[in-house]
Amino acid sequence: MIDTIINTSIELWNWFPPGWQLFLEIIAKIILIVLPLMIAVAYTTYAERKIISYIQVRIGPNRVGPRGWLQPIADAVKLMFKEIVLPTNANRYLFLFAPILSIGPALAAWAVIPFDRGMVLTDLDAGLLYILALTSIGVYGVIIAGWASNSKYAMMGALRSAAQIVAYEIAMGFALVGVLMASGSLNVGQIVEGQAGGLSSWFIWPLLPLFLVYFISGVAETNRAPFDVAEGESEIVAGFHVEYSGMAFAVFFLAEYANIILISALTAIMFLGGWLSPFEGFAFAQGTWLAETSMLWFFAKTAFFIFLFLWFRATFPRYRYDQIMRLGWKVFIPVTIVWLFVEAVMVVMQVGPWSV
Amino acid sequence: MTFIDLVFTFFAGMLLLAGLGVISSRNPVHSVLFLVLSFFSCSALWLLLEAEFLAIVLVLVYVGAVMVLFLFVVMMLDINITQMRQGFVRYLPIGALIALVTVAQMVWVVGPFGPEIFSGEQLNQAVKHGADYSNTKEIGGVLYTDYVFPFEIASVILLVAIVAAIALTMRRREMTKYQTPGKQVKVRKQDRLRVIKMDAESAE
Repeated sequence: MIDTIINTSIELWNWFPPGWQLFLEIIAKIILIVLPLMIAVAYTTYAERKIISYIQVRIGPNRVGPRGWLQPIADAVKLMFKEIVLPTNANRYLFLFAPILSIGPALAAWAVIPFDRGMVLTDLDAGLLYILALTSIGVYGVIIAGWASNSKYAMMGALRSAAQIVAYEIAMGFALVGVLMASGSLNVGQIVEGQAGGLSSWFIWPLLPLFLVYFISGVAETNRAPFDVAEGESEIVAGFHVEYSGMAFAVFFLAEYANIILISALTAIMFLGGWLSPFEGFAFAQGTWLAETSMLWFFAKTAFFIFLFLWFRATFPRYRYDQIMRLGWKVFIPVTIVWLFVEAVMVVMQVGPWSV
Repeated sequence: MTFIDLVFTFFAGMLLLAGLGVISSRNPVHSVLFLVLSFFSCSALWLLLEAEFLAIVLVLVYVGAVMVLFLFVVMMLDINITQMRQGFVRYLPIGALIALVTVAQMVWVVGPFGPEIFSGEQLNQAVKHGADYSNTKEIGGVLYTDYVFPFEIASVILLVAIVAAIALTMRRREMTKYQTPGKQVKVRKQDRLRVIKMDAESAE
């Protein structure tokens, strides 16, 4: 019975021409990445509510399913059945196009993220640039949403967000230049391999200032607290997505959390050695699973940074807008430039774990 | 028609349509978005030429940074469309003339009557490389060896442009209030707070 099923499916597979086989394989891989990602996004929203609740000595969602585990699904179903309201005089096509433009780049960037050695959709040689390009496109969703809504608050949110993202992108790019100098490659897989050798060879140590700048800029890029002035519910209601409802709003929500997971994964890859084990080369871990490289390390590191995002939100009050700009332009960019010079000197003097 | 031809036709067609959209749409914001689309299609065409580094940099620099600022400015402009369209008929002849000259030049250069270098054997397709070929490495190699001086000079010119732009727009305004966070942090209680002891009011 099982044999026949396997045989027929192999026959069916062989019946496709090679080009189609490749196509189907890629589609299957994309589904294998996007589907777990979407589930992770849904449960990040749940984790956020729970973690912030515990920080604030509350219980959080606990009614839907055991311990509230089905809450994200209930939320998704609710949003799916809500009406999508088109504001009067809104630019209809752009209004509906903006959420797509917002989530597209957040998902597409996962094409070059390696989960384990060789486990990557496209082993692109310019992977780092690809990620930078896609994270910078994400701002269009916000700007277009704000403009197309034909609402003052949405417009204000869009303008704030555009200026903020353009400012922090520069610091982020410079921080990644440091990673690039350390690893000698734009290929994301090779950046991880350059950090092989356990905890002490990770790029976080020689590049500590760049790591801090990168992660904080990442928080600002995703418009998360304490940099969430694009939403700023106390001043401009909900910012760029004030006019959105139902599924269109849900897509913005998904994009925000997909971006959080993306930034966390990138920080884990660039500075904490991605899928590499922290105990590589340690005597006590020799021969056990602790010293093995595995996907679990990558997920654990990513989860840690996602937790930081949620922790920040529960801890810090919102920045004032001019202070955000000051931090981006006058603190982060000079810090990265200075550290790039320091790093260049270190590379020339051969201090540090440079693979070049 | 192979698959690559199909992809090329699709993106080339999209590029032309987007270019047409830039100059023909009534709304300036739509024009900017069409320009973004044309950059995207162009980048896809470069990918077909195995120039993935240039393609990604085009998206990163133009779509990710330059066009965001364009959109930012255009969104805040209050453009009167009817006023802008008034001159259309008046300028149409000279515009058409320039378009005609441009098309004629392009046909002359790449067409059958053009110079030798653009015809026949010289006009081959880009060389196909294996999977281990890295366009990024090639560009880096050429840029920092053969063309290092032009490259450095270009970067210095850009730096001068940045400094000039800042120098032109920087001005001190009298009314602006500045904050010095260093001073704010250094504030001590003794400097600005005075506790005055007062006797409680006595009941009469």
